[in-house]
Amino acid sequence: MLAALAGFVDELRALGMAVSLSEHLDAAEALTHVPLDDRDAFKAALATTLVKQAGHRSAFDTVFDVWFSLGLAEAVGDGSPDDEAGAGSGNSDAGGDDLARRLDEALASGDPAALAELARTAVTRHAGLRADRRLGTGSFELYQTLRQLDLDGALARLARASFGEDDGDDFDPLAARLAREERGERATRLRSEIESEIRRRLVAEQGALAMAQVLRRPLPADIELVHASRDELAELRRCLAPLARALAARLARRRRHRRRGRLDVRATVRHSLSSGGVPVEPRFRRPQVAKPEIWVVADVSGSVAAFARFTLALVHAISGQFSAVRSFVFVDGVDEVSCLFEGADDLDTAVRRINAEAEVVAGEGHSDYGAALGAFWVRYGTDVGPRTTVLVLGDARSNYHPAEPWAVAELARAARHVYWLNPEPRAYWDSGDSVMGEYAPHCDGVFECRNLRQLGRFVEVLT
Amino acid sequence: MGERFGDIGAVRAALAAAGYLADDAIATTVYLAEALAKPVLVEGPAGTGKTELAKSVAAMTGARLIRLQCYEGLDESRALYEWDYRKQLLHIQAGTTAAGGDGDDVEDELFSERFLLSRPLLEAIRSPDAVVLLVDEVDRLEAETEALLLEVLSDYQVSIPELGTVVATRIPLVFLTSNNTRELSEALKRRCLFLPLDYPDLERERAIVMAKVPGITERLAEQVARVVRSLRALDLHKPPSVSETLDWARTLVLLSIDHVDLDRARDTLPLLLKHRADLAKATKSLSAGGID
Repeated sequence: MLAALAGFVDELRALGMAVSLSEHLDAAEALTHVPLDDRDAFKAALATTLVKQAGHRSAFDTVFDVWFSLGLAEAVGDGSPDDEAGAGSGNSDAGGDDLARRLDEALASGDPAALAELARTAVTRHAGLRADRRLGTGSFELYQTLRQLDLDGALARLARASFGEDDGDDFDPLAARLAREERGERATRLRSEIESEIRRRLVAEQGALAMAQVLRRPLPADIELVHASRDELAELRRCLAPLARALAARLARRRRHRRRGRLDVRATVRHSLSSGGVPVEPRFRRPQVAKPEIWVVADVSGSVAAFARFTLALVHAISGQFSAVRSFVFVDGVDEVSCLFEGADDLDTAVRRINAEAEVVAGEGHSDYGAALGAFWVRYGTDVGPRTTVLVLGDARSNYHPAEPWAVAELARAARHVYWLNPEPRAYWDSGDSVMGEYAPHCDGVFECRNLRQLGRFVEVLT
Repeated sequence: MGERFGDIGAVRAALAAAGYLADDAIATTVYLAEALAKPVLVEGPAGTGKTELAKSVAAMTGARLIRLQCYEGLDESRALYEWDYRKQLLHIQAGTTAAGGDGDDVEDELFSERFLLSRPLLEAIRSPDAVVLLVDEVDRLEAETEALLLEVLSDYQVSIPELGTVVATRIPLVFLTSNNTRELSEALKRRCLFLPLDYPDLERERAIVMAKVPGITERLAEQVARVVRSLRALDLHKPPSVSETLDWARTLVLLSIDHVDLDRARDTLPLLLKHRADLAKATKSLSAGGID
């Protein structure tokens, strides 16, 4: 057991979760207090001692599935499904109907045990797991099973059935909506049950270590913004709000406690009365600290659009911490988009409006940093003052157009600070058509900003 | 120490008797907190029953609840202990006027228990009875002040330079709550069991409504839980919390509504959603029947 725990902890560490030695010991001690045959308690005990960040929980779940599934799979999975597989191959038509019926029932009732049982049967019958297959994540098998199971078809069937029921005297759109959403949720649950069932079998076949390595995914904060897949982007979007909230709270707090103000004689004397006229506790005035003004100038061409979107969203989410926020986007022309953020209450609306309304293409529609930054200085340069902090976002890949670093130099002279955030790894800068090196000397700081973790760290430096 | 709670099932039953419906993770963590003598860090959005958990554990064990509400600028003298300097001043004045007072005596007396004001942390440590210590909203502390808690949390002791170290006679159960407005330090997290509390799932929320709202029918409780779940699935600034769910359920009972349909849901939405933008969004989405 201890060896398995050690391997599990190593795997968590390999994912980037900082599990300390004392936490490892706590987990080991906790396991002596829970009954080992109670899987839920076992998992909860490990989670509460090892996972100290809510965002790491899904990564923990995956590793747990892989690492500690074997015992369970042997205990529950082996006996019955094999029998069923034998019977299923005999008369597959009857089996298929039976499965479809059970699918409908399970989706209608939402009984977790029924869903899990269904997932096991479906995987046995449809996933086509073969011993000679090469190592994979199981996503192909998942696709295969879901296609055979016809989950969407089942949902549509159920929707029709419930529509027929409600069609009578009192049709309630609210009830219909709730029922539909819950069916969708159960389908998602079934999908994840099937996924973990497939994983369980792959682990049984290939061993936990190999499987864990195949499934290794970066934690949300470490996902590369530029290369994120659609699922990863969705996950990032969920992380953005808490990150913004945390940053805003921290910035506000720091500003308040930056330094103490002048001695407040009146308040000190007033307070000293309670200690017989001895000024035991001096009182201070609250300092007035000016908030910085932020301008974000973002490249929104295809290659770095995702990065620009996240940074713009983050800066606007904490706009309360700045005296003013103005945003500009460019490709080879430049346009101000501050007003587009004001009316919109979420990121997607704002981005849609930016794509539709901002006029960022002046020429051929490929990034041209020289032309865009030059145009920016000419159009908006007069507004830049000594309290303005300018953030330029982009990979500085200018498609071999002239870099025109004078624009950045002028900007740096007028503004309080100019920072450049580059979503590319530092090693790639100045390779190919990247002209980062020409702009860098004029900026007050150039930061590599590949993931949310680095982005958050930068915003903290900013104020 | 584990024998005080029996097993995980017993914890869950006892919590339920105290009016708190725990799921697996909660029951296991509370059980382990007692068994390992470790504090529990409870984290989650507002209104998911973090503070309530500590109160219920206190009620269930018959322990006294000592609460330390954290805020910015909380310091040692408010959290641990303080010397009562006014009394000390008076004592010195009394000592010098009463002629012939020995200077050393006065000094020794000044830093004795007589002039020590216990603040919540020290009080929890010194208490001879069973105690549940609740450190509420620990994320509001500045990162430096967090260090105040470390000695108490890991060794259950408080060092007072003038008096020596006060060690706990009975180890208190400690709950820290956090709204996650900032990342707590690794040192603090390492010493705690971690319990993320999210909004309850459909089944548990229905049970909570049934338990907490007198006179509600099972059918209405089910509907309430389902509507709230649906609202939480929308992308809102502030999704409805459990306490708001309960307010809503109570209101429905008061208005003797026994069936929630679209109109009634729309009319009573302000009880669940407190942001104007959220309200507009939810109304729109509900009216459209969720077909976007």
